[in-house]
Amino acid sequence: MSEAQAAEQGTGPAGRSGAYQAHFRVWRGEAGAGGLKDFTVEVHEGEVVLDIIHRLQATQAPDLAVRWNCKAGKCGSCSAEINGRPRLMCMTRMSVFDRAETITVTPMRTFPVIRDLVTDVSFNYAKAREIPAFVPPPELAPGEYRMQQEDVGRSQEFRKCIECFLCQDTCHVVRDHEENKAAFAGPRFLMRIAELDMHPLDAAPEAGIDRKTSAQDEHGLGFCNITKCCTEVCPEHIKITDNALIPLKERAADRKYDPLVWLGNKIRRRTE
Amino acid sequence: MATGTEPSPQPAATGVPTASRAAIAARHLRTDRWWLAPACTAAGLLAFVVYSTWRAFANADYYHAPYVSPFYSPCLAENCHTMRGGPNWEIFGSWWGLSPALLILIFPLGFRLTCYYYRKAYYRGFWASPPACAVAEPHKKYTGETRFPLILQNLHRYFFYFALLVAGVLTYDTVLTFRDEHYQWGHMGLGTLVFLVNIVLIWAYTLSCHSCRHIVGGRLRHFSKHPVRYRLWGWIGKLNARHMLLAWSSLISVALADFYVFLLASGAFADPRFF
Amino acid sequence: MAHVDRQAWDVVVVGAGGAGLRAAIEAREAGMRTAVICKSLFGKAHTVMAEGGIAASMGNANEHDNWQVHFRDTMRGGKFLNHWRMAELHAREAPDRVWELETWGALFDRTPDGRISQRNFGGHEYPRLAHVGDRTGLELIRTLQQKIVSLQQEDEREFGAYDARLKVFQECTVTRVLKDGDRVSGAFCYERESGRFFVLEAPAVVLATGGIGKSFKVTSNSWEYTGDGHALALLAGASLINMEFVQFHPTGMVWPPSVKGILVTESVRGDGGVLRNSDGKRFMFDYVPDVFKEKYAETEDEGDRWYEDPDHNRRPPELLPRDEVARAINAEVKAGRGSPHGGVYLDVSTRMPAEVITRRLPSMHHQFKELADVDITAEPMEVGPTCHYVMGGVDVDPDSAAAIGVPGLFAAGEVAGGMHGSNRLGGNSLSDLLVFGRRAGLHAARYAASMTGRPVADPLQIDTAEAEALRPFSAETGTDTGPDAVRDRAPAENPYTLHQELQQAMNDLVGIIRRESEMYEALKRLADLRVRARRAGVEGHRQYNPGWHLALDLRNMLLVSECVARAALEREESRGGHTRDDHPAMDRGWRNINLVCRLADPQGDSRAADPALGQIRLSRRETPPIRRDLLELFEKDELAKYLTDEELSR
Repeated sequence: MSEAQAAEQGTGPAGRSGAYQAHFRVWRGEAGAGGLKDFTVEVHEGEVVLDIIHRLQATQAPDLAVRWNCKAGKCGSCSAEINGRPRLMCMTRMSVFDRAETITVTPMRTFPVIRDLVTDVSFNYAKAREIPAFVPPPELAPGEYRMQQEDVGRSQEFRKCIECFLCQDTCHVVRDHEENKAAFAGPRFLMRIAELDMHPLDAAPEAGIDRKTSAQDEHGLGFCNITKCCTEVCPEHIKITDNALIPLKERAADRKYDPLVWLGNKIRRRTE
Repeated sequence: MATGTEPSPQPAATGVPTASRAAIAARHLRTDRWWLAPACTAAGLLAFVVYSTWRAFANADYYHAPYVSPFYSPCLAENCHTMRGGPNWEIFGSWWGLSPALLILIFPLGFRLTCYYYRKAYYRGFWASPPACAVAEPHKKYTGETRFPLILQNLHRYFFYFALLVAGVLTYDTVLTFRDEHYQWGHMGLGTLVFLVNIVLIWAYTLSCHSCRHIVGGRLRHFSKHPVRYRLWGWIGKLNARHMLLAWSSLISVALADFYVFLLASGAFADPRFF
Repeated sequence: MAHVDRQAWDVVVVGAGGAGLRAAIEAREAGMRTAVICKSLFGKAHTVMAEGGIAASMGNANEHDNWQVHFRDTMRGGKFLNHWRMAELHAREAPDRVWELETWGALFDRTPDGRISQRNFGGHEYPRLAHVGDRTGLELIRTLQQKIVSLQQEDEREFGAYDARLKVFQECTVTRVLKDGDRVSGAFCYERESGRFFVLEAPAVVLATGGIGKSFKVTSNSWEYTGDGHALALLAGASLINMEFVQFHPTGMVWPPSVKGILVTESVRGDGGVLRNSDGKRFMFDYVPDVFKEKYAETEDEGDRWYEDPDHNRRPPELLPRDEVARAINAEVKAGRGSPHGGVYLDVSTRMPAEVITRRLPSMHHQFKELADVDITAEPMEVGPTCHYVMGGVDVDPDSAAAIGVPGLFAAGEVAGGMHGSNRLGGNSLSDLLVFGRRAGLHAARYAASMTGRPVADPLQIDTAEAEALRPFSAETGTDTGPDAVRDRAPAENPYTLHQELQQAMNDLVGIIRRESEMYEALKRLADLRVRARRAGVEGHRQYNPGWHLALDLRNMLLVSECVARAALEREESRGGHTRDDHPAMDRGWRNINLVCRLADPQGDSRAADPALGQIRLSRRETPPIRRDLLELFEKDELAKYLTDEELSR
């Protein structure tokens, strides 16, 4: 816990740690009501924003709601907006800010707020369910799968995703247009479609599922105007736009806008 | 949410402030200079548009042997300046009275207009959709590239095919710059260097295109079955990572190449000769 | 208080990590309506932190590998205290569990011939760990999560509702397992978001809640690891075994304070990293125990040559087992030769070119750069031991994962005891989750299906559970000037402060090196904390109130901490994850003794327990003798180190 770490400072290398008072503005409230609340709080060397939020909890606002888990950038729970930018609180070091700077922390603004910094991210779980799952090749028994490293590399990049939903939060398609939520799966789940479409053994085509076309027709790929904010905020540095969304758009274009490919497929009845 | 994952019904509203979301009036809370990047992009693109419009409509000072301005190459009308061995083919007859640049610029323009990088640049810079990440856009409605005309962005790959042809012609032009003003081979001037730099950047930009990356290998499901295409895909991927840089540098180089020809043709400058 | 919402399910799984999700998949596929309940969001469980891989003897990297070799390694790693039947099942079934993940969409790193790549790890004779870079745990959790979603999609097609037969209650906590007579009848839960109470009625409950690390100050575990399942089992009348065995990983980050305890992977040392003290000395050469003397290098030169030529040189002592290295670091720091932040130096910067470091250890490079602002290619890391894993847990039947003595209660994963003996091998945790998660789900489903007449959730128990959960709110009003104030004069306690004191006590007194006097002191402090924890008070209301959640978790941490301290005090030897300063040797007589913890008074609450005696009663139990064909897998000489003469002659 953070206060334990704070106490640690007392016995620790006090000489090296230059503690100072920082000015924080933290959004507090619930759906429909709330506002930015000012705090002055101690900061020690080497801390991240989540530590400061925990210190507020332990010393000034014990019921300050915040969602967090691993504190090492691996679980994707502590997503919020810091000085207006979507970030993981556990991966935002205090040293990147000027000491005199006011640091504003708000919940993700694309999702309904539950309380304080905690938002209702169920939009994402609902979208996840709408993506048809991996279809195992019926002819292969467990243990018989053979895949080359170069064939799994692309999907592996997308599977680095920790589902922090920062890309979903920053994407203006739903951030600025609530009404698009129904039709748009968001970068994370379009990337999931790309991941499955690039999976070397996914048997979706044989099962009658056309992931490329459905990405555009059912999951709103066309809404994406590739302005790359999802890539900018990704804490895992996944090249969402260049490696997932644009290739998916090209794959959809193969199907829908390229008469040559269309003709070729008609003749060969296969994608490859 | 704890007991279900159905999104709660939302009141119809646009923009960040929606009833169920955190009540924050500000359209954004960014404290950095987020407007700088879109402003620079818009200024840069605007400058190019102004310059290229002037030059494209000028219909003058675009040829100075052995150099032909990339804006006018290939030159496809009868009213073209005569270029011996140069890329002027009179496909369009005498009826075309306007600048021959307009005939050919459609293609590089279309290529760049539908380019995945430039789309980002002008959506952000000109259309503010969005102006920067987590900065609310000013529009009430947004349909992205789901309907006409923006759905035509999906035709990028056709422009890519044309861009390949144009790049081929510009390569030919560059080869011709090794002739002197009397069409004798074995020459190299500062202009040759300008053209060389330009053509390298043009090719790098063209090949780093996302459509190219897709066609070369991206559309495959099993790289292991196509080792050559996989290797090409890898190379193009490396170029593709610098697509933005190449987009800008080739844009600047092509304008510079044209301007250089303009300086020569208008007699403002004489081409220094290396050999 | 009949207003508490009740729902009927067949199987309730508590915890949505690897074991919980695997159990839920199995129970649902067996046709049972299954509910999963977890404290975090779906897909955020602590399993994501696992880096190294899943141990399974698939023999992809070395064809000589098989389940017998894996079994042998596991028993050696656990110093023969493991329940041999669990170790056997685990070794036999792990490959099938890994292969089945592929059919659900997992993408492991590959061998050149397209099979699952396997890597070397401490204690494993052959390369055995299926992995995905250094994010294997994430791959595991995501694959299971997506399998659950795919089952829900099937149900949606069949019944029109995703949740028809498999539902995840995320961000909910179970505070009590309810019983009908001696049988399980359900779970009492609250929703973190709203604070609303509800009851899931079910004949079978699977505990898959993970470990107890949050009772220690320096830990690699996340906040969820408050020993909930351990405590729920105790409170439901089950028993815990082997609680004295807690694994401390030798290399956790020590600086900055915010990340203290976060793991620095073992592969840093495997790839050439060396440990130095503040004098710049490679101190591990002074800490090679006699039993390992002939297997480890005596000079730095020889150790360095091993990386290139392992056949003709002995390995450097930095690669001794985890417990040895952790103790050595601890001793150096205590002797005043530690680094400025109380660790030692782990250095790769002088050992390899920067380019090699960033290629081989990308996530470590990234972790130190982002979290500590340390460039490991240019300067050494500071590291120290961190609480990592508890080998002890619920006493279960090896084949069915059923908790002994409580029909309907099952446990799998870290919360179950026995499998790893006194020390867990790296990579055996993820395979444990899958093997026993599946078994728990399967047997819970069978048990639930065999039920005639569902057990009923007792309204009285529900009321008691609700009152218990609400106590932190009234603790605060107790300090008001009401008539009750006379009875309870002391001010309300801050749960954060109590938690901090608990962590400090456990870290200092029941940590890596244990002494009798210190553990007595720990028990005293725990008794005091227990009394104060009754007055843990919180402000605000029940909606997403972290202070309240912590106040409720304190009960579990205190129970589990007492188990650890009492068992550690009782076991007068050193073995695996239990080191006694006053009994430094391993004692063969202790090998087949399990220390069993039970609640002293299952009916009473913490108030009823005598502070001096505590809430936990210990008993000793002998483990069943190892089956003959399994014993024959070992050389007689080796067995003689572990088994008593009497056991050997049997």
